[in-house]
Amino acid sequence: MLTRYFHDPITLAAVQALIAGSLAFFVVFLSYKLQLRMERDISIALVRGLIQVVIVGMVLLLIFQEPVAIGFVILAAMMIAAAQTSAKRARGLPDAFRVSLYSIVIGSGSVLLVAVAIGVIELKLSALIPVGSMLLANGMNTASLAFNRFRGEVLAHVGHIDAALSLGASPRAAVMPYIRAAILASLIPRVDSLRSLGIVWIPGVMTGMLLGGSHPVRAALYQFVIMSMILTVSALTSILAVLLMSRRIFTPAEQLILRGGQE
Amino acid sequence: MSEEPLLYTERLSRRVKERFLVEDVNLSLYAQEVLAVVGPSGAGKSSLLRLINRLDEPTHGTVYFHGRDYREIPPRELRRRVGMVMQFPYLFPGTVAENIRFGPRQRGVELSDADVEALLERVGLPGYGDRDVSQLSGGEAQRVSLARTLANEPEVLLLDEPTSALDEAAKAGIEALLREILATGEFAAILVTHDLAQAGRLATRMALMEEGRITRTGRTEEVLHAYQILS
Ligand SMILES: Nc1ncnc2c1ncn2[C@@H]1O[C@H](COP(=O)(O)OP(=O)(O)OP(=O)(O)O)[C@@H](O)[C@H]1O
Ligand SMILES: [Mg+2]
Repeated sequence: MLTRYFHDPITLAAVQALIAGSLAFFVVFLSYKLQLRMERDISIALVRGLIQVVIVGMVLLLIFQEPVAIGFVILAAMMIAAAQTSAKRARGLPDAFRVSLYSIVIGSGSVLLVAVAIGVIELKLSALIPVGSMLLANGMNTASLAFNRFRGEVLAHVGHIDAALSLGASPRAAVMPYIRAAILASLIPRVDSLRSLGIVWIPGVMTGMLLGGSHPVRAALYQFVIMSMILTVSALTSILAVLLMSRRIFTPAEQLILRGGQE
Repeated sequence: MSEEPLLYTERLSRRVKERFLVEDVNLSLYAQEVLAVVGPSGAGKSSLLRLINRLDEPTHGTVYFHGRDYREIPPRELRRRVGMVMQFPYLFPGTVAENIRFGPRQRGVELSDADVEALLERVGLPGYGDRDVSQLSGGEAQRVSLARTLANEPEVLLLDEPTSALDEAAKAGIEALLREILATGEFAAILVTHDLAQAGRLATRMALMEEGRITRTGRTEEVLHAYQILS
């Protein structure tokens, strides 16, 4: 009978969900009356379930309606894989997967969005996936380098870090020299490749465009755009990764946890 | 000594993987006194000082400072007021003056050149402010390390084998300096040393530590006597 009043299938479904949900809230009411003490759990489960299922529906909608959206889903999956890879490089560092994931998602995600917004990357699968994956792979490599260096620096300076803490330094201040060293070291390859761009090498994107018959200046400029995006992604990812990690190697009472076997 | 101790530990313990590095330590430290902690290598003396400085967390027990459980005091404040000098100086790269300024700077206090020079004079290194720390001898570096801790104006000094990494001549110099600084009565101190003669010269009271536990405390001569019989 509802179908008589609601012709739009989505509105209809929403009304149906609302009615079914209200019925379920009747259970909550019963639970309250009978003092079953389950009203909190049931309410949360209902609201959570609704939100989760709607999100899944919206993701599927994007995928079905707009094939480009698949690109974002694939990139998200790639980011997770990238985070796993660089977390492996961070063996011995606490919470490494989560730290890598946050830094890669924010570092490459933000640059990717800007690139799409200003039209540097076209909104089609054939552009989004290769350029996007190139950016996040660079973020991943930089995060790996940064983790590796940060761990090495901290382990080599346990005594200095303890001395700084002992003098009343905050954990951040105590490891600041090693935060800097790790970020700088991780960015050296990126800065060097930008510096030698065109002189030592003509990189892949430009080569491809030239072979494809593009205007050389256009190809050159596009290559520069790519390189600066790579540098930005790398720097953001590295800074985030090291800063987030630097907090996690201390206890809440500001004691250094990461200290190798002994000492 | 009838007054309240400045600092005391209450069943202070740290266990790492089923093994007690420090176990049930009850020690008191009164204003102005110098308590030596002696004992064989591996007894847990450094571990004990690290716990009192809260560089490690006790697994049982705690420390009271001015009658307050030290876990209620922000760690940075505690570490500033209960300063530590380690066996190795661990100076930060840069000049001597930068090292001296480090502690006060952490709480937004910038020492003047005169302040720095006064501290350097106090540790017998007048005019050393502009020197690069990489050019210091072992004894000089340890003096800078002491001045760096004094710059924080601590009430308690924790001294972990401050002379054991030095040659004989430098050792005598640092010991004389410590004696002079401790004699002012500005600080209470816990001195960890494996040099019993040094402990006898600097300390007013002594504690013997073995396998993580304090097995004897008392007047310096008494504990020394007991320790020498043991070993
Ligand atoms: N983080 C740690 N994890 C496990 N064991 C440790 C740790 N730190 C120290 N130890 C061990 O605890 C014991 C006590 O060490 P500590 O350095 O406190 O002894 P010490 O009395 O200062 O010895 P020394 O006179 O040689 O300096 C040693 O056996 C040491 O190997
Ligand atoms: Mg020791």
